[in-house]
Amino acid sequence: MTTVGYVRAHDVDEAIALVTADPAAAYLAGGTTQLDLVLKDGVVEARRLVDIGRLPLSGTELVGDTLRIGALTSMADLAEDPVVAQRLPVVREALLQGASPQLRNMATIGGNLLQRTRCRYFRDRSVSTCNKRTPGSGCGAVHGPARMHAILGATEHCIALHASDLCVALVALDAILHLQGPGGQRTVPLTEFYLLPGDRPDIENVLEDGELITHVDVPLLPNDTRSGYLKVRDRASYEFALVSAAAALSVDNGVITSARLALGGVGTIPWRARESEDVLRAAPATVATFRTAAESAIHDVFTVPGTEFKVELARRTIVAILTSTAGVQS
Amino acid sequence: MKTPDSLDSTTATTQINGHERRVTVDGQITLLDLLRDRLGLVGTKKGCDQGACGACTVLLDGRRVLSCLVLAAQCDGREVTTIEGLAADGTLHPLQEAFVRHDAFQCGFCTSGQLMSAVALLDENRAGSDAEIREFMSGNLCRCGAYPNIVSAIRETAQQGGEER
Repeated sequence: MTTVGYVRAHDVDEAIALVTADPAAAYLAGGTTQLDLVLKDGVVEARRLVDIGRLPLSGTELVGDTLRIGALTSMADLAEDPVVAQRLPVVREALLQGASPQLRNMATIGGNLLQRTRCRYFRDRSVSTCNKRTPGSGCGAVHGPARMHAILGATEHCIALHASDLCVALVALDAILHLQGPGGQRTVPLTEFYLLPGDRPDIENVLEDGELITHVDVPLLPNDTRSGYLKVRDRASYEFALVSAAAALSVDNGVITSARLALGGVGTIPWRARESEDVLRAAPATVATFRTAAESAIHDVFTVPGTEFKVELARRTIVAILTSTAGVQS
Repeated sequence: MKTPDSLDSTTATTQINGHERRVTVDGQITLLDLLRDRLGLVGTKKGCDQGACGACTVLLDGRRVLSCLVLAAQCDGREVTTIEGLAADGTLHPLQEAFVRHDAFQCGFCTSGQLMSAVALLDENRAGSDAEIREFMSGNLCRCGAYPNIVSAIRETAQQGGEER
């Protein structure tokens, strides 16, 4: 095994300089996915880990009607944040249904956004075919047993899933990322951060070399908006989603006045269901409306024999979360 | 700043069960391997070694973490509590006593991790119901299936005042 070096960065500029200067260097934040990828699976090649864990990027701050979240805030701390509990319940629910208590104490928000896919073909270095790991080598999952894979945004080149729960909620809420890199600072909407695999599944987001996520801005939900997260999985806890959905609805006199919907467990990237939102807006808050919205969310799917079940499961999951969020009798 | 072309190691000074330990480590030795292979603290178990089973759970600055996914180097200046640090002066922690009383283990391999996780769970006030205990112990797997007795041991300890001795 290659020796992996360790250096702790003392400020953001130093961290960026260390990683930018060294092609073999990678950031280490919470470590929960990075150490698996680098040390255990050997899937991500890094000969030096630059520990950013002690940079002053943790904690939350209210900026007007936006919650600014430091990228190094732990999942556990964000779930316990009183503003999140009161004004962003969908974020809290998504956090608490992700990972395990131990991992939530370790994993950071920035790291959660940048987590790599759990696709077993990607994570097993003895598998030779993976376009995400080795561009141009083919996709083992498309032709082999698959189950925890994407049906939306997927192609014959890659059906790897983005497995985050938190990102589903954040995509629904139009979160904004603050990035800092060798070229300075910029902001990117989370909905424009991830890239569909296309024919280059190895390029997963718009981050440039050495760029760090420093903060995540999440607009607070209006007080009259209800939100929730529903996760369907093979075991009741500590398991990735087969399908999940984050919803936020405002309903006035039985009519939906605003709607946000995003899906997990089905997309190669966290999936915003804008067609469904168009169906929901100004429509009566009824199960019939929710079913139409669900139909419109799941179309142009790319399935393999192991993932066909997700089409109907996703639709039913959407109907269920919209029904419970709207407080409608099913 | 260290030069970026060197493969570096670092000195970590860590409080482990109340004792200061000073070790030189690189970027690939985990806290778990440090504890077991270099410090002889083999009570912390290596199960999956990839963050899936919870057998390696320890407390880092009082919070439960998986020691297989923490670098030893990250623990510089921090406090680690392992299963060896749970009993004070030869007196078992109330949770340890409850695990014995409730027969909350069979083979025992996962037990250190279960106990460290349970200690943290009580500290987090997550023992409000059996369902809550199960949810917040979900990061610790038990292949023998001792779950019902683990839950009852935690429930009883919580009802008796948690960590008070």
